[in-house]
This record gives sequence, structure tokens and C-alpha cells, in this order.
Amino acid sequence: MEAAAMADSPDADVLRAQAARLRYRVIEMCHASKSAHLGSSLSCIDVLTAAYWRVLNIDPANPQDPGRDRFILSKGHAAMAIYATLAMRGFFPEEELLTYNKDDGRLAEHPPANMLPGIEAATGSLGHGLPIGVGMALSSRIKGIDHRVFALLSDGENNEGSNWEAAMFAAAQKLENVCVIVDYNKWQATGRSNETLALAPLREKWAAFGWDAHEVDGHDMDQLVRMMSDVPNGSGKPVALIAHTVKGKGVSFMEDDNNWHYRAPNAEEVVQARRELGLA
Amino acid sequence: MRNAFADELTKLGQEDDRVVMLSGDIGNRLFDKFKDAQPERFFNCGVAEQNMIGVAAGMAMNGLRPVAYTITPFVTTRCLEQIRVDAAYHEAPVTVVAVGAGLAYAGLGPTHHACEDMSFLRTIPNMVVIAPGDAWEVRAALRAIMRQDRPVYMRMGKKGEPVIHPGPIEDFEIGKAIVIEEGEDVCLLSTGNILPEAIEAGKLLRAQGISARVVSFHTVKPLDEACLSEAFSNFKRVVTVEEHSVIGGLGGAVAEWAVDSGADARKLLRIGTPDKFFKLSGEQEFARDRLGLSGEHIAARIAAAK
Repeated sequence: MEAAAMADSPDADVLRAQAARLRYRVIEMCHASKSAHLGSSLSCIDVLTAAYWRVLNIDPANPQDPGRDRFILSKGHAAMAIYATLAMRGFFPEEELLTYNKDDGRLAEHPPANMLPGIEAATGSLGHGLPIGVGMALSSRIKGIDHRVFALLSDGENNEGSNWEAAMFAAAQKLENVCVIVDYNKWQATGRSNETLALAPLREKWAAFGWDAHEVDGHDMDQLVRMMSDVPNGSGKPVALIAHTVKGKGVSFMEDDNNWHYRAPNAEEVVQARRELGLA
Repeated sequence: MRNAFADELTKLGQEDDRVVMLSGDIGNRLFDKFKDAQPERFFNCGVAEQNMIGVAAGMAMNGLRPVAYTITPFVTTRCLEQIRVDAAYHEAPVTVVAVGAGLAYAGLGPTHHACEDMSFLRTIPNMVVIAPGDAWEVRAALRAIMRQDRPVYMRMGKKGEPVIHPGPIEDFEIGKAIVIEEGEDVCLLSTGNILPEAIEAGKLLRAQGISARVVSFHTVKPLDEACLSEAFSNFKRVVTVEEHSVIGGLGGAVAEWAVDSGADARKLLRIGTPDKFFKLSGEQEFARDRLGLSGEHIAARIAAAK
């Protein structure tokens, strides 16, 4: 970690409480729909909370504002996390979360194109969000409309070569309004991410590809808010935040247990999770 | 075709500030005028076609009109998923332009041949697929593309093909075929850069007393159904001609249409490349001759089938 350990700000408590509510909504959605990817959704909740409640220049009432910051959930399998975030942030009614993964709804297991306010790009196939985001960042430059682009990638997603094509292109273009956040929860679908492909050293890889790359604690609200808010940070480079996270974060029996990549909690587990999240 | 494309795009770039040019590290000097006029809207994306299409889609989602260009296989099959997901699924008006379609780069070997591209692109929802027949059709198609809002795939030959039309095509419409030569017995529907061979075949047939209409069927999706209905009603034989596999291209599309619409599919003769890789060295003319796609071969196959 680059930043020295500091006492949390009072605001971090506010954000942590918001994140706990988001985590519980996601757990409820997963329980109701018996869908996969709960662990992957829980690991990135703090990044989403910091982004949507403190960092992004967005207006839920005007989701197509040309000057808005773009946030792309490139790890589209964490759809439950972005749906809960957008709903609780006011992009669409929270009741719609009950339609997740149900017939005839807008909330499929991966975010849809051109259907749901706040979804900037349809993802689900990995390695697409960053190239699209780079195109958006270049259009900001071409059109002279200042905005930033944030793309949240999973660590397993770093397997996809298209990310590295985009990384070199963004660096060549000196796109300092682009920020990648890697949700480095150390797991991919069926194994340890560092044993599947040699990701490590991940920060150094992004730095070698021309990015201003930093390791951060992906559950430290103050640090996340500070590092994301700093974009563009004066380095003249795109910014990569390698966010160390815990898969299944927030619920003891889900944390760092990759069975929760596919498992859904039963009713009893939902109650226990609620208690652990301090919402009982 | 290639030079006409670069020239027309340069003009469009000056007229329309939404137009952005993305190149996959080809066309050395070809886009110098575009670059000089619009340096902020030209990008050499390198040999990284997946990223190029994703970038184009992101630009299109934000209101720009990017044109992504490189050699056919690399801008189609190499990045097919990006075309499908980033451009087509998002209904983002990305224009994918391919150079060297079919056997235009025959001498470079099967890695550079492209006889399957239209079949892949045609099945993707929202995509428009255009194969202009000469340089004037390239120019007209490019302008028509910028007047509409769907993702488009345009496949071109290379440079120096015969120019068929006498000048600018003022009434060019996507999805509306152009009659090049009138005739009464057989109707040749040609798509893309093989148009000169289809015209030659028409001449040879006429010399044998077979009256041939030759059509530049430049849009493979959406099909010009009025043209097809008329052809299947009024001609003894309808022949599709393409420098593309007989599977899935214009011939495939017309066969599907004929079955679905109740037209007499027995009238249809599909001329295209066979279902195999062409591994021999040699240039386009040799490959066409060997694969039965020269004007002479086309005429002979039609006469034999009559």
C-alpha cells in the first residue's frame, strides 16, 4: 500500500454504512434469483460506493448529460452490484431490483445495452469495457467536453489481451482522463488468479504499459475517494488503481471462499449476513 | 477503390466534424490529407484491432462517426466479437471498412484472403453489409453511410479496379441495387469487386444470344427485395456473383430470401468461391481463373446451366 495508514474520516463511516446496505441488497437479489457471481459483486462494492457517492460527476436525473463522468463496469458479471448501486443512487426505482433475473425485465445477469439509465456499456464478455472507455475518453478530447472515464476490471479479466491493446493505446494517447480500477480479489472463476495466468506483479505490469499505476486498499473508503478524485492527477498518464480486495467481502463465511463465485445463499445465510453487515 | 475511399473520407472529414478515422496501421501515406486537415480526428490504432473496434464503439456512443479501417480478415474475424458486442449490440454507428476483400490480396495467401466475412457480418443484428462494385460506389456508399445511424460493414477491393460508373452516383441508396446493363433472359446479381467480371460475363453471354441483365447488388444486408422479386418473376435464371464463399454471402442470402418468399429457388445459380482455402501462390486474376470466377468462367457456367 502506498498511503500510510491513517485514521478513517467521519465520511468513511457514512460510506461504509452505505456499502453495507448495498451489500445486503446484492445478497437479497442473489438469494431471490439464485444467480451466480455473488463473491465478485461483494468485492467491488466499496469501489462502487466511493465512486457513485463521492467521486463521479453524475446526475441521476440527467443520465445522458454529455459532460458526465462515465463509469463502466467492465466486469459485467458483477451486475448485481451495479444494479443495486444505480438504484440506490436514484437512476431507477429500487423496487425494480426485485425484477433482477426475472422474465421480461431490464435487469439481466449482465448489464444490457441502451436499456437501463446509468449503464454506460453492456458488458459480460470480458475485456470490452476499457477499449470502449478509451474511445469515450478520446471523444471527450475531440469534442472538447471535459469528463473522465472509469473502468472497473476484475483481476481475471486481465487475462484478456484486448485490455493490453487498450492499455498501450491509451498510454500512447496520453489519456490522463482514464482510470482503470482492478478489483484484485485474487480469484477467478475456477482458481487463484495468479496461478491461472501470471498476473503478478500487476501494478508493475500496468506501469510498464505506460500507466500511472498505484496499489490501493480496495476497501479503504478514504483512499479510494482520494485516488479516484485525483484523476487526472497531473502525471500526464492514464491512471491504474490496483485495488486489493477480498472476494465475498463483508460476510465472514463468504470471504475468500471461491465457492461463492457460483453459490447463492439460503434464507438462513441471508439472515446471518444481515447480522454481520450490522443491519439486523 | 482504396484511393477513392481515402479521398472521399477526407472530404467527409472536412464537411462533418463527427467523422473520425481509425487505421489498423496500414495505408502508409494514404490518409496524409485527412491527417493534415484533421489531425485530432485521425488515429493509427496499431496492430490491435480488438481495441480499435472497441475505441470506435466508445466514440460512436458519444456522438462521433468513427470509421475503422484495415485489411479484411483483421477488421472482421480478428475482432468479430467487438463488432458484435461493442458496435452492433449497442447500435453504435461504427463504420467498419475492409480493404482487400475476397481474393484481392490473393498473392498474400489465405491469411489475407477474405471469402467468409460477409457471412459472419450478415448474421449480426443491426449490421448493414455493403460491398461496392467500383470506386464511385465506394464514394456514394460512404456518404450514404454517414446519413444513417446504424453500424455498417463495407468491404472493398484494393486499388486500381476498373471504374464502372461514369461519374458520381447521385441517387445511391443503401439497400437499392443498381442496374448496370439491361437484359431479358438471365439476371446477374453481382456484389463487390467482382462486378467487372460479371459485366464481362454478360457481354460473352450476349455474344451467344443470351440476353443478360447485370446488376450491382452492392448491399447484401438489407436485401433489395423489390429487385429480387422482379428478377425471380421476369427472368429464367437469377445468378449471384461474388468473390466470397457460396456459403453465407450474397448467394446464401438470396437463397434464404427465395425460400422464405416463395420465389422459384430453382432459378437461382450461386457463383462464388468454394468451401476451401486457396493455398496456391499467384495474383487475383489467377485465383479467379482457377476458381471459376473469371468473366469467361462465369459466362460458361451460366450458359451450361441454362
